Amino acid sequence: MYIEVFNEREQTTIKIEFAGTKVKDLLNQLKLNPEAFLVVRNHEVITEEETLGDNDYLELLSVISGG
Amino acid sequence: MPCSKCQYQAVISLQHGNLCKNHFIGYFEDKVFKTINKYQLIDRNEKLCVAVSGGKDSLTVLYLTKKYLEKNSISVSNNLVALAVDEGINNYREHTLVDLKKFCTEHKVPLTIVSFQEELGKTLDQAYPIINKDTNKRPCNVCGVWRRYLLNKHAKKLGVDKVITGHNLDDEAQAIIMNIFKANTTLAARLGPISGVHEHDLFIQRVKPLYFCAEKEVRLYALLKNFQIKFSECPYSKEGYRHHIQEMLNDFEHKYKGTKQGIVNSFLATLPLLQNHEKQAPQAIQQCSKCQEASNKDICNACAMKETIQNA
Repeated sequence: MYIEVFNEREQTTIKIEFAGTKVKDLLNQLKLNPEAFLVVRNHEVITEEETLGDNDYLELLSVISGG
Repeated sequence: MPCSKCQYQAVISLQHGNLCKNHFIGYFEDKVFKTINKYQLIDRNEKLCVAVSGGKDSLTVLYLTKKYLEKNSISVSNNLVALAVDEGINNYREHTLVDLKKFCTEHKVPLTIVSFQEELGKTLDQAYPIINKDTNKRPCNVCGVWRRYLLNKHAKKLGVDKVITGHNLDDEAQAIIMNIFKANTTLAARLGPISGVHEHDLFIQRVKPLYFCAEKEVRLYALLKNFQIKFSECPYSKEGYRHHIQEMLNDFEHKYKGTKQGIVNSFLATLPLLQNHEKQAPQAIQQCSKCQEASNKDICNACAMKETIQNA
């Protein structure tokens, strides 16, 4: 399946081919630490255990900010 | 995945279960208010100043301090002000200050903004390369010294009894590990929910109500409460030692849940020993001969950096 991902920290949007099922698999594929991101789908925050669907659009919000 | 307490969708998985939006907000606010009460961070007769930047931590702690005062029937208009420091970091601080001004206006909290440029003669962007050339100090070293200096100086001017900061569990765990790695027990003794070891008229006590809140929880709370915060990251943050510790601890936390909490809990168990040790050391707080602010040397670090620039 394909997932479209907006990465707030990088300010980029990419469409990726995803072979996993859950949010945590996606973060693992993107080599992102779940501790450093919140995941939003359709304006709702979802946990790492949530199952993803084809053509989902996700926003990865950076937990780390400031300096 | 459902909430462990109701049938609604969970927004976060914690060690003790999953929580939906409403249960998470309740849990988070309860944790902050319990921290304030347990460590007596706020006294009803005190005037308080929240150190703010416009980021998620400071807006959250400002909002919850106000909520705590209201909950305890303490006058907000007489007891609460906000103080921000504009370091002069191009393309960063000006954005967060816009959000901050809106937030303070909306919540009716008087805001004072002081700047490196006006108070110390240079922005951080201008000062850092000059100071670095002579002393090898990193931007976070310069910024930290000048920020604490201005916060303390202007908190006194505002006539407040305490400065409230938005330091969270991650900040504290990072600081603890940084001090251990650098064997700096003197700085370690100044950590904890209430900063500092020695009480002194020249120092305003700093307290941390978000002490037990993970950074991820703070970001989630700010998001769920619809605080208008645009993402921004200090361009210097990756140059600091702290950044490496932060990545290491996030990596550990991901593999071993509870790592950061464990670090802070272990530290709190030993903090009284560290503080007693520091209290027995001869107290060398004096007035800086240049600015009359508190210093442990003839000239304080803030003035020493200012002199480095003047002599360059």
